[in-house]
Amino acid sequence: MNSETRPHSSDVLRPRNVGAAIKRTEDPRLLTGRGEYSADRKPDRPLHVAFLRSGQPHARIARIDTVAAQVSPGVVAVFTAENLAGDFKPVIPFSRMPNYYATPIVPLATGKVRYVGEAVAAVIATSRYLAEDALELIDVDYEPLGALSRAETAIAGDAALLHEEAGTNVLIAREFKKGDVAADLKAAAVRVSGRFEMTRKAPLAMEPRSYTAEYDKRRDAVTLYTSSNIPGIVRDAICESLDLPGHRLRVVAPDVGGSFGSKGSLYPEELLICIAARKLGRSLKWTADRLEDVSSSSQAFAEIVDAEMGFDANGIATSLQADVIGDVGAYSIYPWTCGLEPVQVVSFLPGPYKIASYRGAVRGVATCKPPTGPYRGVGRPISTFVAERLMDLGAKALGLDPLEIRRRNLIPAEEFPYRIASGIIWDKTGFVECLEAAAEAVGYEQLRAQQADARKHGRLFGIGIASYAELTGIGSRIAVAPGMPINTGSETAKITIDSTGAITAAFGVASHGQGLETTLAQIVADDLGARFEDVRVIQGDSDEVPMSTGTYASRSAVLGGGAAKHASRILQDKIKRVASHLLEANQDDIEVLDGKAVVIGTDRAVTFKQVAKAVYSDMKTLPVEAREELTGTYTYDPINGTTAAATHIAVVEVDPLTCFVQILKYVVAEDCGRIINPMIVDGQVHGGVAQGIGAALFEELVYDDDGQLLSASLVDYVIPSAPEVPAMDVVHIESESAVAGGFRGMGEGGTIGAPAAIANAIADALSPLGIDVSILPMTPERIFKLMEQTRLNARGKADE
Amino acid sequence: MSATVSVTVNGTKYDVQDVEPRLLLSDFLRDMLGLTGTHVGCEHGVCGACTVLVNGDSVRSCLMLAIQANGAEITTVEGLGTPETLNVLQAQFREHHGLQCGFCTPGMLMTGEDLLRKYPLATDDEIREGLSGNLCRCTGYQNIVAAIRAAAGKRAETVP
Repeated sequence: MNSETRPHSSDVLRPRNVGAAIKRTEDPRLLTGRGEYSADRKPDRPLHVAFLRSGQPHARIARIDTVAAQVSPGVVAVFTAENLAGDFKPVIPFSRMPNYYATPIVPLATGKVRYVGEAVAAVIATSRYLAEDALELIDVDYEPLGALSRAETAIAGDAALLHEEAGTNVLIAREFKKGDVAADLKAAAVRVSGRFEMTRKAPLAMEPRSYTAEYDKRRDAVTLYTSSNIPGIVRDAICESLDLPGHRLRVVAPDVGGSFGSKGSLYPEELLICIAARKLGRSLKWTADRLEDVSSSSQAFAEIVDAEMGFDANGIATSLQADVIGDVGAYSIYPWTCGLEPVQVVSFLPGPYKIASYRGAVRGVATCKPPTGPYRGVGRPISTFVAERLMDLGAKALGLDPLEIRRRNLIPAEEFPYRIASGIIWDKTGFVECLEAAAEAVGYEQLRAQQADARKHGRLFGIGIASYAELTGIGSRIAVAPGMPINTGSETAKITIDSTGAITAAFGVASHGQGLETTLAQIVADDLGARFEDVRVIQGDSDEVPMSTGTYASRSAVLGGGAAKHASRILQDKIKRVASHLLEANQDDIEVLDGKAVVIGTDRAVTFKQVAKAVYSDMKTLPVEAREELTGTYTYDPINGTTAAATHIAVVEVDPLTCFVQILKYVVAEDCGRIINPMIVDGQVHGGVAQGIGAALFEELVYDDDGQLLSASLVDYVIPSAPEVPAMDVVHIESESAVAGGFRGMGEGGTIGAPAAIANAIADALSPLGIDVSILPMTPERIFKLMEQTRLNARGKADE
Repeated sequence: MSATVSVTVNGTKYDVQDVEPRLLLSDFLRDMLGLTGTHVGCEHGVCGACTVLVNGDSVRSCLMLAIQANGAEITTVEGLGTPETLNVLQAQFREHHGLQCGFCTPGMLMTGEDLLRKYPLATDDEIREGLSGNLCRCTGYQNIVAAIRAAAGKRAETVP
């Protein structure tokens, strides 16, 4: 039969599940209290861990007296750094970056403490209540060494050193350069500049960090159930540290209650609980209370950026320079290093714009605070805030509308792939399309008219635009964090049909709310030819695939999805080969659909169950050489990765009496390539924007000059609740990417665009008062102070 | 010093001996009764993840001692519906994608049940106000509001 006469089914070519708003597989268990988070594990007679944490920001540990604690009721053991020496090797967050010092990671503070909240001792007891009782009985003598509470002062020549071995408090320094910025700025028709600050944030997943180490005495092995989004990386790092083969340490991320980056690094407590479980031969549990979680989980952002942008007379941005100081906290994190967040600010500062010359310099400075680490958006919420503020300042100076200046500067469709001035390459993405779609959806022209009217009545009404681009689904050619030695560029899928005909698809990714059990099953169902409800997805378990890392950096749809597609095709080919024997048909005449192999154009079919029986059980059906195990495994590497982009438009009104900012309208137009599940995509955008609103209006970790955290409770660290978040409109520009499936990553974008859009909207609202926005969050207190200052200035002028 | 706590949880009567007076209701439900559907997110009464119904009113189980619940009737998320037969509110959460990581969800559901029983919920603003004591970091609340709105619509059809 040749290709012209062969019957074919158009159904085979059309995805049935990808693109559909399929209800999530995860939901029935999570809605009925049958989910299982790390703290819900019930190992046999577990012991409970409580940590004594430093109240000192920077001090030498002179003596720790644990005698009284050891005899406290229920206490089984008390550990300090001294009695763990020899049980592990420090974990080094290595990087090939020059000008970088990798601070060693150890389970408990050794020699000195470097931030308030650092774990100094661990009590193991029969209940958490009794373990916490015993903490009170531990006596630590500290010799204070002076707090380093601000990055700006920690770089001064006479500042105390947090890590003496580093010889400096600057743990990382980098510079990116292209063209002659100084000359281009000099030649610019308009120059705008500012000092911008994004304060320190807490990612604040609703589930605090939580670990259960289950000891298996039969094999002297440990299974660590961890609220981590990188279980594969945790497995590899702890195995290396404890000198264990991977088959004696299984790391499972069960249901995980959000991360947003805060559960995306190796933690000292993960090391401690595995070491202690092995020393004691017992299963151990620990869950952070909220104070511990806020004061010891990785924190976010914390940069000050001095930036300047030059435009020609037509409003084309020609040049950009920035000096960034990042307050990276006390340690470099594993595996991403302390360079991840601040370096990404300078890598992405030129954003989606054609800017010819660029200089971006960054220093990451050690201070007495918990380490900064990944937080949804990483670096780009700040780079976008700065670049988009500069665009608006430029528009104002040039007398252009903010929409128009972006039209003139965004990379247009015909110029992709485009290498921006910092070296990042954007593949073809709908930058301009997102801008135009957002403007249309929000009714931009009408809003400007509405604003003019509102201003006549003295109302502080503002409209803010922010456009950005991000790299997602990054392959092996680009390190997720600069100079990092581990591979984050590939992902494995292993799809199996067992002897009952059941389909299990295992991945190394680790969902913590994204719904990967659903979206990956959608892909497998289409590409294998199975029914969606028959596909079971396993993820977040280091035992399931040989090498895995997890879910971070907007990678799982692209890498996990790509692996799913390839592995599905491999398995489908095997099914076709077996079916061709069973159906006595040419393999090319067989299609696989809805869990059956069918001879195209006939009613002759075999189910997966029949195929499995032929391969595994009924040894009379197939020739021996045709009994191929029904497994498809593929490790996918997109090599470069792909771009995602969006434009956000926020409309706000500032109440001149309370100084509260109300968001009246919010629109996102985004390009995440082919959409797997529109319901889930919208949910990711909503959640990301809400976090961006928090960063823009409310959230700030305040450390005083003594290194004490003043906003450690949820009363003081305010995240948005339902009344503060507006209803949002999300518009999708589905331009397919070049990677397998045409997907782009999209989990982080909402948080990248929202702070900038809201900052621009507030600045626009306050522009009649001559007030600018250069720090986030714009709390009512900050707005009040700026308005008061304006009033005082005006009065001063009137008095002259 | 310890006490016996007698409670009815999701219709089942429990008499638990040797309960320490300082034991939180949340820990009692999770550790002594094995009902881990109730989640503990902050232990200082802000996040609302641990919300349960005590004698029909929503209560933060992290701010109540187990011994204070002696004699009470308690409903937790496990008492609402099963995976096969979700109750009205649970079904609408699924329909409207009102959950992502699922950690705040039990508290959202219990608060939602309380709101549905007591308030007209005529506007989305009223729903948002009712949810203001429950924090969610994943959804941006939009789909939670939509789920409760839909459940309120169905309530009119189903409640006698």
